[in-house]
Amino acid sequence: MVSKVVLSLSNLHVKFKTLSGTVNAVRGISYDLYEGETLALVGESGSGKSVSTKAITKVLPQNATISGDSIIYQGEDLLKKGDSKMNKIRGSEIAMIFQDPMTSLNPILPVGFQIAEPIIEHQHLSKEKAKEKAIKLMERVGIVKAEERYSQYPHQFSGGMRQRVMIALAVACHPHIMIADEPTTALDVTIQAQIIELLKELNKEFNMSTIFITHDMGVVANIADRIAVMYAGKIVEFGTANEIFFNPKHPYTWGLLMAVPDVNIKDQDLYTIPGMPPNLLHVPKGDPFAFRNKYALNIDLEKEPPMFKVSDTHYAATWLLDEKAPKVEPPKEILDRWKYFENHIENMQKKS
Amino acid sequence: MGKYLIRRILIAIPVLLMVTVFCFGMVNLAPGDPSDLYLSQNATQVQKQEMKKNLGLDKPVYIQYVKWLEKTFQGDLGFSFASRTPVTEVIPAKLAATVELLICTLILSYALAIPLGIVCARHQGGWLDNTITGVSFLGVSIPGFFFGLGMVYIFAVELHWLPTGGMSSLGQSSGFLDRLSHIIMPTIVLSLFYCSNMLRYVRSSMIDIFSENYMRTAVSKGLSKKVVLWRHGFRNALVPIITVISSDIPKMLGGAVVTEQIFSWPGLGQLTISSIGSRDYPMLMAINLIAAVGVLICNLVADVLYAVVDPRIRY
Ligand SMILES: Nc1ncnc2c1ncn2[C@@H]1O[C@H](COP(=O)(O)OP(=O)(O)OP(=O)(O)O)[C@@H](O)[C@H]1O
Ligand SMILES: [Mg+2]
Repeated sequence: MVSKVVLSLSNLHVKFKTLSGTVNAVRGISYDLYEGETLALVGESGSGKSVSTKAITKVLPQNATISGDSIIYQGEDLLKKGDSKMNKIRGSEIAMIFQDPMTSLNPILPVGFQIAEPIIEHQHLSKEKAKEKAIKLMERVGIVKAEERYSQYPHQFSGGMRQRVMIALAVACHPHIMIADEPTTALDVTIQAQIIELLKELNKEFNMSTIFITHDMGVVANIADRIAVMYAGKIVEFGTANEIFFNPKHPYTWGLLMAVPDVNIKDQDLYTIPGMPPNLLHVPKGDPFAFRNKYALNIDLEKEPPMFKVSDTHYAATWLLDEKAPKVEPPKEILDRWKYFENHIENMQKKS
Repeated sequence: MGKYLIRRILIAIPVLLMVTVFCFGMVNLAPGDPSDLYLSQNATQVQKQEMKKNLGLDKPVYIQYVKWLEKTFQGDLGFSFASRTPVTEVIPAKLAATVELLICTLILSYALAIPLGIVCARHQGGWLDNTITGVSFLGVSIPGFFFGLGMVYIFAVELHWLPTGGMSSLGQSSGFLDRLSHIIMPTIVLSLFYCSNMLRYVRSSMIDIFSENYMRTAVSKGLSKKVVLWRHGFRNALVPIITVISSDIPKMLGGAVVTEQIFSWPGLGQLTISSIGSRDYPMLMAINLIAAVGVLICNLVADVLYAVVDPRIRY
């Protein structure tokens, strides 16, 4: 796959000033996003998935400071752009969908107008033209009687329908990049599947690159071309979907994969990674995963591991990949889940 | 909505009746007998009876009330005991003076409070916010009469910049500037509390709104700061703002009693004080009635406005 890079993050940092000190929420993230691909960000709660993507369009609260080397989009460094220049990109080139559809729409503005708003803003169309477009979009995302529903308010829509509205809103200006932050987490399973299908269709249709955030590995298998596994504000493993599912190298990735419920074994206790993620106010010395990691080596307590190259597309930050490290096999529970992952990934490849 | 309004107005009628019963009782329970006030100290018992009969005070209270109610329904609020003129002739000018003061107060208070509240919310915890919030804390704590007397002392007595009281200067044709110079101090004094109070409400509502998810959506659409602030943010603060306004206006009427007294502003507040002094029952009842109707109208208008600004509210 030799595609064009549409977005390139290098060494992104985000800090929050809080009353109890500085929170190092994102501690140096780098990746390239290719044209048309879906990149999944996975990791436990608090690992910095949302913050690192909100930093791209700078929609973070005021107590956040974004720093780093660069965020290159179309040859320009977004880190150097001020608010008014960013406004030309937000919503028109890079669009976002958020987790909570119940509260992400403005309760006192008509739903249709909220979709038309970015069209009016970025394409400078008249209200009527924008309305026409918005109604078409509403139909496209599966809202029936779109014309009638245009002037209704969010409280008249169910959660799933609101998320469809959010999607229509996001694709309204045909953005190059869509950032979907857990777009299905708040929805029930059947609606989840429909929304994911819709997102996949639209990505093709509009040829968008997608950054998809989730902690549901099942969803990841279904949608992702490549996967970045995040822990404590860093990417700890990066690879194609096949590499992450069938050849994972980082013990944290193993933990995440083992936490996927295995449908073949009934009544099993769900595996959870022991312990809690570190407090990002005081990031521990060495590898912040070490104290939860039964495969930890002595060096993990001293030095944070660098990214080791596994293949051209596959990297992982664990000392286990150092040539002096003992050879460790991934736990066998992961193999049990291969069938399940295979089904999902095959499904995905069949459809595309 | 229409049905709802009619129902609300119908409910308002018994409420209003109850208020008048209550007020009538209060006024009559107050110590002092008007017939004493309007006769010399050595008047005979017969003269007193005569006076009572003239004023209609010889009957039992409930009969007096029914009579008052009957006449009120016919638009006759009776004669003022003190001035012997029909109440309906005295009230309009006084009401106009008070309304003038209230409107100026409303405009000054909210024209300051709303933008300042938003500025505070945007810079929450910054020096600007801390300063303004600090001043507004003083504003809700300082008693109005204390602040008013202080203003009179400084700007009227010491500096001679502004007149000490009244609505216009005597003996001059009262031009706009003259009237303005008279209304400045009472307006500022009355505004102090309401401005500070509203500012605190706007500030805290806007702080809540700034952290709402829909505000993040608005920013991520690429809308300008101004549009995000007003169209998406401020409009959501309107419901609490309407609530504050609709409860402020009746309170202002009460505040006006003290302020009008300090600045000898010839409005309803001053009339209330003098009518209490002269046991002018018909006048007091008329003032009470106006106040009660005012409160009910404020509440009704607020309910209508809620439905206008918030589509989730339907009646
Ligand atoms: N406004 C803020 N002020 C202080 N710290 C914050 C703020 N927002 C986020 N953080 C911190 O940044 C870290 C990363 O948060 P982020 O929301 O990116 O996590 P996440 O990976 O998206 O988790 P989730 O799966 O729960 O959405 C967390 O430790 C969080 O406490
Ligand atoms: Mg998140």
